[in-house]
Amino acid sequence: MIRILLITSVLGLSACTTVQPWEKDLLAKPSMALVPDENENFLDEHIYFSKEASTGGQGVGGGGCGCN
Amino acid sequence: MQLKNTPCSSDISTHTDHSDKQNKLSIKSKLTMATCALLQAGAPAAQAESGEWDIDTALLYYTEDSRISVFEPVISAEKEIDENEFVKFKLVYDVLTGSTPYGAAPSPSAQTITNPSGNSTYSVAPGELPLNTTFKDTRVAFSGDWTIPLDRLKQITVGANFSTEYDFNSIGVSANYAQDSSDKNRTYTVGLGVSADTWDPVGGKNTELAYMIDPEGSTPQPKGGTDTKSNFDVIFGLTQVVNRSTIMQFNLGHSTSSGYLTDPYRYISIIGTDGLPLSGADLVNAGGADAFPYIYEKRPDSRARNTFFWRTAHHLTEDVINVSYRYFTDDWGINSHTLDFRYRYELGGSHYLQPRLRYYTQSEADFYTNSLTAAQASNVEFASADYRLRELVTTTLGLKYGVGIGKNSEFTVRAELMNQTYTVTDPNLDGNNLELAPDLDAVIIQFGYNFFW
Repeated sequence: MIRILLITSVLGLSACTTVQPWEKDLLAKPSMALVPDENENFLDEHIYFSKEASTGGQGVGGGGCGCN
Repeated sequence: MQLKNTPCSSDISTHTDHSDKQNKLSIKSKLTMATCALLQAGAPAAQAESGEWDIDTALLYYTEDSRISVFEPVISAEKEIDENEFVKFKLVYDVLTGSTPYGAAPSPSAQTITNPSGNSTYSVAPGELPLNTTFKDTRVAFSGDWTIPLDRLKQITVGANFSTEYDFNSIGVSANYAQDSSDKNRTYTVGLGVSADTWDPVGGKNTELAYMIDPEGSTPQPKGGTDTKSNFDVIFGLTQVVNRSTIMQFNLGHSTSSGYLTDPYRYISIIGTDGLPLSGADLVNAGGADAFPYIYEKRPDSRARNTFFWRTAHHLTEDVINVSYRYFTDDWGINSHTLDFRYRYELGGSHYLQPRLRYYTQSEADFYTNSLTAAQASNVEFASADYRLRELVTTTLGLKYGVGIGKNSEFTVRAELMNQTYTVTDPNLDGNNLELAPDLDAVIIQFGYNFFW
């Protein structure tokens, strides 16, 4: 499954166009951050870590919890 | 620690023509400088000025229908201490109260269950799903990150975190290396994290797969004190600017945990020949001691997890779509899919509304069981009735409102409804109108305030 997802990703990236620095006005907006609200993301990770059997994927570190 | 997208933080020396026009900037570089200066001036609440702390606060209230409630304030503070060099600290405080199921199945008869401390009991009425009502904990977590630029395209972030609660402590360190392509349209990352956790369960650790001893019987519950586990994470990431209005991130993660991975408090009902949990009167003789018809769970002492994670932010005319997908698989037999979708609808001015849908589905762990017969209990290698190891679906629907206040502050509030549904059946319980797995409903409310100081 992960292999299929990886191949799909590589194929998808081939569609990228080169964006010049002066064309990054939209990308520079705070609302376009991949994680626009880090505390919300952090709290969600904590909630779902304690309610589901899956965790991780976004980064490393962050702290442990005895809740699961 | 997570990758930041800073498409305009580029060191403009990238575009300096060194070959034959030293010390002179190319037209491209000048355009870059001018554009970035304009973008930074025009973006509200974009960046703290040098020397200012970027303070981000949040207050979470999470409450389940008749079960757990959580109150969790968070404060994080980030500062640029030198050019492209940052420090960041985060402090979290958690208060949990309420009741939660610990694995016992409902029964047509009254049940008597030993408290986690091992020295008292509580009763459960016939037909009710047993809940441990003594669940209460506070947790404090602190983390610090230090981002150091190695050159204009490379940076490393080192971090440490620590958390403590009544019966559990965790300490960890992490390092994340990020390297941009020369045009800053692509970033490669590698992250490593290790952590060590210590369990000190209330009343000591229960013996795995041992019967729950009646504390009023002649023999006390044998307890095992503390235990430990360790975790190792590695993650490889790629962030790519796809076009002028789209950015994408891919992560591939691998984690291993080893040591005491059992939940020290959870147990499994023992059922009789009729497929129903033995009643409180059916004391099981466990090595000569009076026991209740439950055994404490046992999980494997290692776990390997793999994740694939994809996230995209896409700018429409005004609004922004942020969507992510995670595939998770581990060697406990759990496979899961998580889809998270947000649509930021600009209301005009500095107001926005953001509907959100999160959908999660997982398969059940190989060793998950609703219950065990006495014969199975004496032969089983691993077993758990933890509802979080079942096949389940979680759906969250929410709405967030945000408003910019002044030039550098933002206030947000979100309200979400979470529903968890379990795909388990038990014909014997169902036939007696006993509900093993009622849906879990929860409300999530979060306030956020961000400012510079």
